[in-house]
Amino acid sequence: MSDSITHTQTNTSTRLARPVPFRGGGFRIGTVPWLSPFVFVGLILFWYWGSSSGFIHPLVLPSPGESLQAFINLAQSGMLWKHVSASVQRLVIGWTSGTILGISIGLAIALSSLARATFAPLVAAIMPVPKIALLPLFVIWFGIGEGSKVATILFGVFFPTVIATYGAVDNVDRSLIRMGQSFGLSWSSIVRKIIFPGALPAILSGFRISASIAIILLVAAEMIGAEFGIGAYVLLAGSLMATDQLIAGVAVLSLLGLTVSFLIGRAERYFLRWRT
Amino acid sequence: MDLSLNNIHHFYGDVEILSGINFEIKSGEIVCIIGPSGCGKSTLLRFLGGLERPSSGEVLQIGSPPEACLNPLTYIFQDFALLPWRTVEGNISLALEDHRIPKQEIERIIDNVLGRTKLTDFRSALPRQLSGGMKQRVAIARALCVNPAVLLMDEPLSALDSQTRELLMDDLVDLWTRERFTACYVTHNLAEAVRLGHKIVVLSRRPGKIREIVSIDTPLADRKNDLVKLEQQQNHLWNLMREEALAADMELNDV
Ligand SMILES: Nc1ncnc2c1ncn2[C@@H]1O[C@H](COP(=O)(O)OP(=O)(O)OP(=O)(O)O)[C@@H](O)[C@H]1O
Ligand SMILES: [Mg+2]
Repeated sequence: MSDSITHTQTNTSTRLARPVPFRGGGFRIGTVPWLSPFVFVGLILFWYWGSSSGFIHPLVLPSPGESLQAFINLAQSGMLWKHVSASVQRLVIGWTSGTILGISIGLAIALSSLARATFAPLVAAIMPVPKIALLPLFVIWFGIGEGSKVATILFGVFFPTVIATYGAVDNVDRSLIRMGQSFGLSWSSIVRKIIFPGALPAILSGFRISASIAIILLVAAEMIGAEFGIGAYVLLAGSLMATDQLIAGVAVLSLLGLTVSFLIGRAERYFLRWRT
Repeated sequence: MDLSLNNIHHFYGDVEILSGINFEIKSGEIVCIIGPSGCGKSTLLRFLGGLERPSSGEVLQIGSPPEACLNPLTYIFQDFALLPWRTVEGNISLALEDHRIPKQEIERIIDNVLGRTKLTDFRSALPRQLSGGMKQRVAIARALCVNPAVLLMDEPLSALDSQTRELLMDDLVDLWTRERFTACYVTHNLAEAVRLGHKIVVLSRRPGKIREIVSIDTPLADRKNDLVKLEQQQNHLWNLMREEALAADMELNDV
C-alpha cells in the first residue's frame, strides 16, 4: 500500500496533466444582441429577392416594395392614424377593465372560500369557450358599436387573468403570510403588503398571455361592423384581394404586438426590480 | 409577563404529536426546547404564539405585557421570513405600520434597532444582497422593534454557518445581559441550548413528552469562561437524548 503511494508521488511529474473537463455550460440563456435584427433583415432581403426574380409570384405574395407603398399610402391618406387610434382605444379599454376585474375576482377566489366555491366552477365552465363565438351575443347585448368589441376583449382577458391571479396567490410563500400574522398585521395589510407583491411576478407574466389574447380578439371583433380599426382595414383588404394592403395591415398589427410586449417588459423590470 | 403551558396534547389526524406538556416560561428567562427531529418542537412554539391551537390543554398568559409592547409574542423564524421586495428598513417598518405610530417615531425606532443589531449601514439594502447572518440580524431587529414581551425563536441559527452562529449567539447573550428579555428558544443544537438556556426542556421522540427539565444556574455572560462545565452539561443532555434520537431516526415519518 505505502509502496504504491510513493510510486504515484514520484511519478506525478512525468504523467500527463490536463485541465478537468468543463461540464457546467448550457441551460443559461444569454443575449445575442445583433442576431434578431439580422434575422428580420435577412428575411426581408430573401422576400425582396424572391419577388424580383419571379421566384415568388406577385399573386402569392406582393413584393416588399408594393407592401411598403401600400403602407405609405395608408399613412399619407391620414387613415393609418384613424385605424390605429380606434384599435388602440378598444384594446386599452378592454384590456384594462378585463385585467382589473380579473385581478379582483382572482384575489377573491384565492382569499375567500365562499368566493372560491361560487366563482371557481363558473370560471372553469366559461374559460374554454372561445370568446369570439360569443361576439354575436355581445352585439345583441351591447350594440354593434364599441360596446360589443370592448366586451369581447374584456371577456377574453378576464378569464386568463383570474386563473393567473389565483394561481399566483396560492403559490405565495406561506411562511411569509404566517410571519405577517405573527406580527399581528391586519387582514388587509397582509393582502396588500405580503400577498399581492408576492403574487405580482406570476400576475405580470399572465399579462403577456392576456395581452396577446386581447390583440387577437381585437382583430376578430373589428371584422364585424367596424368602420375604423386595423382589423377592419385588414378585412377590407382581404375581401378586395389587395394583398399589399393586407401585408401592410399585418405589419401594423405586429408592431402593435411588439410595443405591448415592450411595455410589459418595462413594467416587469420596474415592479420586479427586487429580484436578481 | 409569564407564559404557562397547561397539559398540552396535540394530534395531527390520528397521530399523537404532543402529550401532556406542562412548563412555565418566567419573565426574564430563556427557556430552550430540545428534542429529536419530528417530536413537535415547532408545533409547540406555534401554540405559544397563538398561530395554532392544541387539540387540548391551553397556553396561559400570566400578567399583562408592558405598556410599550406592540406585539407581546414575537417570532424569529428559521428561514428569516423577510419580504424580498422590501429593503431592510421596509422589512422592519412592516411590523410597525399597523400601529398608527407617527412617522418620526417609526424612524426613531428603526434607527434604534438597527443600531442595536449593528445594521445601520445596511438600512436600504435588499434581502438578496445580504448574507444569511445579516438576514437573521434583520429578522432579530424586526422582532426587537415591537418591544416583545416574549421572543419565540424556532431554530433561529440553524440556517447559518457555525462561525456566524457563534457570533450571533454572542450577540444574543449581550442582548440578554442588557435587556433581560424573555424567550423560548427551540433548537436541536445542544451547544446553543447550554449557552443560552436558563431552563432546558428535553422532549422525548414522538409523541413528545417532557423527558426532563434541566436548569442551569451559571449566568449567561460567564458560561463561555467555564468550557468544562458547559461540556459536562452538554454531555448530560446528549445522554438524555441519545436513545430518543436513535429511535426517532429509525421511524418512518409519514404523518
Ligand atoms: N400541519 C401539519 N399537519 C400534519 N402533520 C404535521 C403538521 N405540522 C407538523 N406535522 C407533523 O408533526 C410532527 C412534529 O412536527 P414539528 O415540525 O413540530 O417537529 P419538530 O420537532 O419541529 O421537528 P424538527 O426538529 O425536524 O424541526 C412531525 O412528524 C410532522 O410531520
Ligand atoms: Mg421544527
